[in-house]
Formats: sequence, structure tokens, C-alpha cells
Amino acid sequence: MPNSKSEVLQGTLDLLVLKTLDSMGPMHGFGMAMRIQQASLDLLQLNQGTLYPALLRLEQRGWIASKWGVSENNRRAKYYSLTRAGRKQLEEEAESWGRMSAMINRVLRAS
Amino acid sequence: MREFFRTLLQRMAALFRRRRLEDDLDEELRSHLEMAIELNLRKGMSAEDARREALRSFGGVEQTKENYRDQRGLPMIETTLQDLRFGLRMLRRRPGFSLLAILCLTLGIGANAAVFSWVEGILFRPYPLVSHQEQLLALTGTARGESGPTGISWPDLLDLERSSTLIDSFIVNKIMGTTLSVGDRAERMTGSIVSANYFDAIGVHPILGRGFEPGEDVGRNAHPVTVISYQLWKGKYKGDPQIIGKTERLNGVIHTIVGVEPEGFYGTFVGWAMQFWVPASMEEIFEAGGYKLEDRGARWIEAYVRLKPGATQAQAQAEISAAAKRLEAEYPETNRGRGTQLWPLWQTPFNNAGTLLPTLEIMIAVVVFVLLIACANVGNLLLVRSFARRHEMTVRLAIGAGRGRLLKQLFTEGVILSAIGAGAGLLVAHWCRHALVLLFPARGGVAMHLPGEIDWRVLALSAGVSVIATLLLGLVPAMQTGKIDLAGALKSDSAGVVGGAGKAWVRSGLVVVQVSLSFLLLVGAGLLLQSLQRIRNTSPGFSTRGVMVTAVDLVSAGYDVQRAQNFQDELLDRVKALPGVESAAFARMTPLSYGSFSSTPIAVDGYQPTPEEQPTAQYNEVGPDYFRTMSIPLVSGREFTRADDEKAALVAVVNETMAAHYWRDRNPIGERLQVKGRWMQVVGVAKDSKYQSVREAPMPFFYVSRRQNFSRGGDLHIRTPLSPETMATALGREVHALDPDLALYEVITLQEQVDRSTSPQQVALTLVGVLGGLALLLAAIGLYGVMSYAVSQSARELGLRMALGAGASNLLRLVMKRGLALTAGGVALGAAVALGLTRLLGNLLYNVSPRDPLAFGSAFLVMTIAALAACLLPAWRATRTDPVQALRE
Repeated sequence: MPNSKSEVLQGTLDLLVLKTLDSMGPMHGFGMAMRIQQASLDLLQLNQGTLYPALLRLEQRGWIASKWGVSENNRRAKYYSLTRAGRKQLEEEAESWGRMSAMINRVLRAS
Repeated sequence: MREFFRTLLQRMAALFRRRRLEDDLDEELRSHLEMAIELNLRKGMSAEDARREALRSFGGVEQTKENYRDQRGLPMIETTLQDLRFGLRMLRRRPGFSLLAILCLTLGIGANAAVFSWVEGILFRPYPLVSHQEQLLALTGTARGESGPTGISWPDLLDLERSSTLIDSFIVNKIMGTTLSVGDRAERMTGSIVSANYFDAIGVHPILGRGFEPGEDVGRNAHPVTVISYQLWKGKYKGDPQIIGKTERLNGVIHTIVGVEPEGFYGTFVGWAMQFWVPASMEEIFEAGGYKLEDRGARWIEAYVRLKPGATQAQAQAEISAAAKRLEAEYPETNRGRGTQLWPLWQTPFNNAGTLLPTLEIMIAVVVFVLLIACANVGNLLLVRSFARRHEMTVRLAIGAGRGRLLKQLFTEGVILSAIGAGAGLLVAHWCRHALVLLFPARGGVAMHLPGEIDWRVLALSAGVSVIATLLLGLVPAMQTGKIDLAGALKSDSAGVVGGAGKAWVRSGLVVVQVSLSFLLLVGAGLLLQSLQRIRNTSPGFSTRGVMVTAVDLVSAGYDVQRAQNFQDELLDRVKALPGVESAAFARMTPLSYGSFSSTPIAVDGYQPTPEEQPTAQYNEVGPDYFRTMSIPLVSGREFTRADDEKAALVAVVNETMAAHYWRDRNPIGERLQVKGRWMQVVGVAKDSKYQSVREAPMPFFYVSRRQNFSRGGDLHIRTPLSPETMATALGREVHALDPDLALYEVITLQEQVDRSTSPQQVALTLVGVLGGLALLLAAIGLYGVMSYAVSQSARELGLRMALGAGASNLLRLVMKRGLALTAGGVALGAAVALGLTRLLGNLLYNVSPRDPLAFGSAFLVMTIAALAACLLPAWRATRTDPVQALRE
């Protein structure tokens, strides 16, 4: 869904999820949504619902794994964790993202 | 790439665990919302606000679920499954419609699959178990001045084989027969004279013993060995495992059984199942005309060749034609004007492939027509239903279904229908695959063998046909749906007019096409019926009533020439003494029977052939009283008598065509004729008659005295007013009195013999007749459907007309007029097409113009009656319209 503040591109959301799991360890969907919002200083407003198809997609590709567990408030929740393939993917994507944003910055500064 | 497959796999797996995954998803999302609500409560919101805020920041729950599902499974497959379920439900809800549609498709697709299976089993893959049939070609000789193919002589064949580089093997295969006792009955068995390479070249290997060894086809009567079929082994020899090395008397000569062929191998002759095989060295025992392996002029061989991989028919033809030219130069005496010709298997001229080809070609066209008619019917039914479902479609469009999705739904319903139709059709074809043989009477006790073959190619073709059917069926309603205009349709328009054109044109068009196609088939059936009648009414030149024919196989019983002669003389005397017998005579062959007459080069005193011409004629060896018994009139001279025996001067009787050709205006009586180096005196001229086929053109033919050219085989012809059954009993007694070991063949009238010889026409007529009737029925159903629908849709108009004073007869006329207008359109179209197409019946027509007015007239009559019947019920229903009710609705 388009968002008035900033649109979350599919690939971007994937990267954010992978990064979050990498730095925070296994998390459930709600936690991830909170964390991503927090980390982006609320600049990024995503419909939390869009997270779930993305999680499924990442799982189907084998980058993350899921397991039912119990939350800190004693609630059943599905926990996601980064797999080895996911870590590799994160490195690759982070690097290409870095290259891309550096390039865009350069272009923007030049003009 | 790996991820792609991984994803695909998981998605597919998800299709089968939907329920559990759905529960998982529900729980995960619920726990998410609850955590969010909890957090909001802790922030100090009211319960109400906490919930609303949680839902807001989540976005649409149902939407999320939908997206999730799309990601999880394979949406395309899921919607297809949905469509399938929905389609099946729709079909179940309208059983009448579904049954009718499926029945139409079953008949259409079934008829196609059955004919395909015949074409496959008879023309393209005729020989079960024979390897690489696509490399096989039939080989015959040709003769300048003769229209048909001829046989090939053994020496010529060996020379061709030596000089060929493109042909892997030359395979001799000449059909013949013998009589064997199975239990206490004498049974006619078909066998083949083959070259020693036969079984190796066709790649069929015996299950017991061996095939023939190289060299076994050389040497006069040098290798009395035989290989038998599985059926013969199981039947006559009761599956004896020790059969190899045992002996059997075949045509009077003891043969050693050296091999048994596998089950399902019937030899390589379309139409007949072979029971045994002997090497070519034994030719003399089974073939008329004596020892022929060293005679370049004796052309008796029918053969196949196997091409080397990569060689084409044209290349091989060029090669053997060149070889034939060399033989012509080397042996002008025997080979002048002689060539060779290769044929694709399905055009093989010497077996029933050639006989059935024209019939099967027409059958293909006919079943395609029937399929089109069936599709048109189903299309019409679907259309009617699509009108009934207009509202459903409109509502679905209005609540956001894409047009593509609707089309897919309709298309799926078409697929379901044709899949069921195709399945049922293949069952029909499976039952019919041996049906063709039912149309051929057994001849001489030997049943024909004409198998259909349902293999992957037939399946593929049938599948193709159903795909086309599906496209046709799916498209009709789709065209209609494409035109739905939301606003208009929701406002429930309706009420057609009986005579109105407009959107009914598709349906009317379909009916016109149906009527025209069935008219075409009716014309075809009419033409075939007439030619069959003409053939039946053609006089064969001999009397068919009151003459019957039978035989006793002395050759198989081991009689030598002297004993056979004595036996036949005695039998003839006894038969003539029977009450009711007017006359009787032996002849080597009965005209119009399966076997062919001997053909021989001739010379005539005072006749100078052109350099290109090699005078030949066919002949028969007949006994005294033959002409009287057969009622073949003699134009001049006399027929043979008992005095024309071995000691007397050689004599011959020629037919009128021969007399006119070789003696022109002279009287041939007393002139000389040379046959096989022997001079004979012509003593009589007989009227022309039919020899091989009722449809043949007059040809030179002569008769020689049986006594002076004796061979042990021969048919007994008897003139008597008694019935064949009575004669059979009396004859059987006489034969038994002479030799208790001998059995009599069936006794049939010559009329029966003529009828059997016209079986290709009968088969064509029966098949076209059955399918034409089917087509007529389908077209009538189509017409009925269209008219019923038109009446039910125009109830308001009919009611109005009634209210304004139209009587029942007016309404009747109104509806009938419309129905008959459609019929007239169809008939006009059909007649135009028929005028162009009936020529293609070509060879099957006999003395009937392809534009025969009688055939067209009767087709018109039948079509009109069918149309009247189809329109009457809807018209009658129209007159029962209740004006008050109709106007109120």
C-alpha cells in the first residue's frame, strides 16, 4: 500500500526485515513492526499487515525460518530467525544498497 | 534459480495443507493485534481506542490475508480448482443440459476417435509387433499398358536386391491358404509364402523354436518347414510345449514345425490374420501355376522393402526404377515394358489397405462433420445457458470480477464438458475398435482381421479434437459475455421477438451450418446407396440365381493329380445324378472370389503387337458344361466337352473383348492362340462377363479346357433350384461316400459371392448411413433447441399477438416459418457445398453422377421432414401461450 510519508518498496522491506533479525535475534512479527518503525524514527510508516506476506516470501526462499514460541507476556507467537542463507543474502543486499545509495547521493550532489 | 524452485515447491506443498496454514495465519495475526492492543492500553488508551488504533496501523486484515494467501499458494491453480468445482456444480444443477451436451460430444469425439483408431490400425500401424513400420514400403511391379500394379518375379526380385544400396531388406510376403482339420472340422487357414529373411527383417522373433534360416528360400521344394502363429499353436495344437520338430501336412506335403510366433502377431497382410508361414522354396506347393522361382516371366510376388535410415521413398524409387530399366534391356523377352513401384504402407495395393483407403478417407471427412455438428449443438446449448446466466455474470462483473476471470470460468466449463465427452468418446472408440470387421462377412470360413489401434497418436489426436471442441464451446458464450453492458443488463431488459434477428444470429448461424452439414451427409449416403443398388443390379454376365458354388480341398488332403482327377469325375457324376441338379461343372476359380486369375503372355496367329505391347490375358480352367451351368451365353462355336481331354487337340474359348481385340473383324473360331508356348485352337466365343470385380471394365479373357490343364484345386459349380442348405447336406453325403476323410467347404449361391465382392461399398454405405443418421438427429436437436428457446423468449410477443386476435394457426405458422427458413438456408448452403464435394466419393460411386438429382431430392425430403418434426413441438407450445399471463410478466 502506498504511504503518504514514504513508500516502502518490496525489496526495501525485505532488507529491513533481514537487518532487524540480524541485529535483534529471533523476533515475532509485531516486534519487528515496532522495531522497524522505531529505528526509522517513525519516518517510515508501514501498514503492519504488509509485513506478513513479506515474511512468508522470505521464508519460502529459505532466508528466514519460523517457529511457534511464547512471548514475554506469555502469549503464543510465531518467532522468525535469520538462516545462514539469509545472512549471506543480507550481506549482499546491504552492500548493493550501499553502492546504490552512494551513487544516488553522488548524482544528487552533482546536480 | 534454486530459490525459485524452492519457492515453487513450498507453494505447491501449501496447496495441500490449506486448512492448517489458514489456522496458523489466523493465530499469528490475532496474536499481533492482541499485542498491539495491549501496548496501546498500556499507553493509556481506552479499550475501544486501543483496538481501533491497532487495527488502523495494521491495515486491512482481510486484505492482508488475501495477499498472504496469494503469496503462499499458487493463485492460478487455486482459482482453476475453484472454477472446476464451480463448473461441476453448475453441471450437476442442470443434469438435462449436461447430459445432452455430454452425449453430443461423446458421439462426436467418439466417432472421431473410432475412425482415427481404424486409420491407425489399418493404414498407418497395420502390423502389431512389427518394428519401425514407418520405414516399410510396399513393392509391386508395373506393366506398360496395364493400369494396375502387377506382381514381381523371384529372379527380378533377387536382381533388385543385389543392386540396391538404399534398401535394407526386400521382404517377400505372398498370401495363400490351406485346409487344416481342427478337431473334426476342416478349416481354411491363411498363410504366407515368405523370403527367408522375413522374421528378421520385420523384427518379430518366435517365442518357441526359430524363424527361417538364410538359404531356406532356395531350392525347389527343398525346405518343407513352417512357422505357425500363436493362435494356431493354442488352438489346433493346444499350446503343446513340445511342438517344435513335430510335423503337419500342408497342402499334402509334410512340413516340420520349426517355430511359434508371439501372441498378437498376425503377419503383414491388412485384413487377414496369418496362421502359418512357409519359405519361398515351397512356393510350388501353395501357388497355382507350377514352379516359378526360376521363371522371370512369372510375376507372383508381393513384397515390402525396408528403407535404410535416412533414405527416402523417392530416392529408393529412382534406384529400383534404374535397376528395372537394366533388367528390361537384359531380358527383353520377359521384361519389356516392366517396371517397379514403391508405395507407402497405407496405399499398399495388394491387400485391404488399398480397398479400404477411399472409405476411410471419406469416413474422416464425415466424422469431422459430425463433430462440427455436435459442437454446434453444444455451443447452442451453452449459449442458451449463457443467456439464462446473464444475470449471474452481470452481478459478478458488478461486484468486481474481472472479465478475464469470467471468461476463464466459462472456458473451464467448456473444458469439463469436452473432457467428459472425450473420455466417454474414447470408451466408445474402444468398444468400436473391432467393429469394422463386423461389416465384412467371413469368406470361406476365414474371418477378416481389421483391428483398430488406440495408441498415443490416436489419444493425441482425440485430445486435439477435444481442445478444438473446447475452444469452440468456450468461445461462444464468451463472445456473448464480452458484450454484457453492466447498466443495461442490471435493468433487466428482455423479451425477444420470434422473427427477430439481432443477437440470435449466432444461434441461427450455428443451426444453418448444422443443417447444411447433415444435408451434405444425407446426399453422400443417398449417392452411396444408389451406387450400391446399381452394382447389385449390374449383371455380372453369368446367372447368380440358382447357381451355387463349393469346393473340396484335395490338395491339402494329399491327393495326387490322378487321384484328384478320378475323384472329381466321380463326384461330378454323382452330383449330376442328384434330384434337382440341372448341370454341374468344375472350374479352377469362381469369378468375383478373393483369389486372382492367372495371367499369361499370349501370342495370336496373324496379330502383330506394337513394339511396346506385350499381349497378356487372364484365363480360367473350366470343365465341360461350365458355360451352361453359369449361363454364360456363347456367341459362336461350342463349349468344352468330355472329349476335350489330354489326348485331344488343345482348345480354348475366348471372350468377345478378346476376339475383338486380337482378331478384329475376323471370326476367331478355328484360329490359333499360343499360351505358355502351346498352341491352342479357338473353338468358341463367349459373351463378356465380370471376372475379378463387378466394377471392372471389359477385358480380354479366355478359357481353357480343365482336362488339358489340370490342377488339383477347383470349385464345383452347380445349377439347381434347391436351397444351398439342402444341397450342402446332399453334397456332404456324396463326398463322404467317396472318401470319409474329406470335408466340404461352405455351399453358397453365386449371388452371395457377388454380394461379398461388393463389401467395400456396403461398408462405406453402412458407415456413412449410420453417421448421416446421427448427424440428422443432432441437427434436428439443434433446430428444436433454437426454436424452443425462441418461443420461450418471445412469450410476451406471442401473448400480445394472441390478445390482438391472432389464432392458434397464425402462431403455428409464424413459428414454423422461422424454423423452416433456417432449414431452407441450411439446405441451400449444404446443396452448394455438396455439389462441389460429392466428386470426392469418386471411386466408391458406380454409374451414379455425383450430382444425382434423386440423391439430392431424397436428402431434401428427409431433411425437411426432420425439420418439420423438430419445429412442431415448439410451434405447438407457442399456440398454448396464455396471453394474460404472458402480458403480465
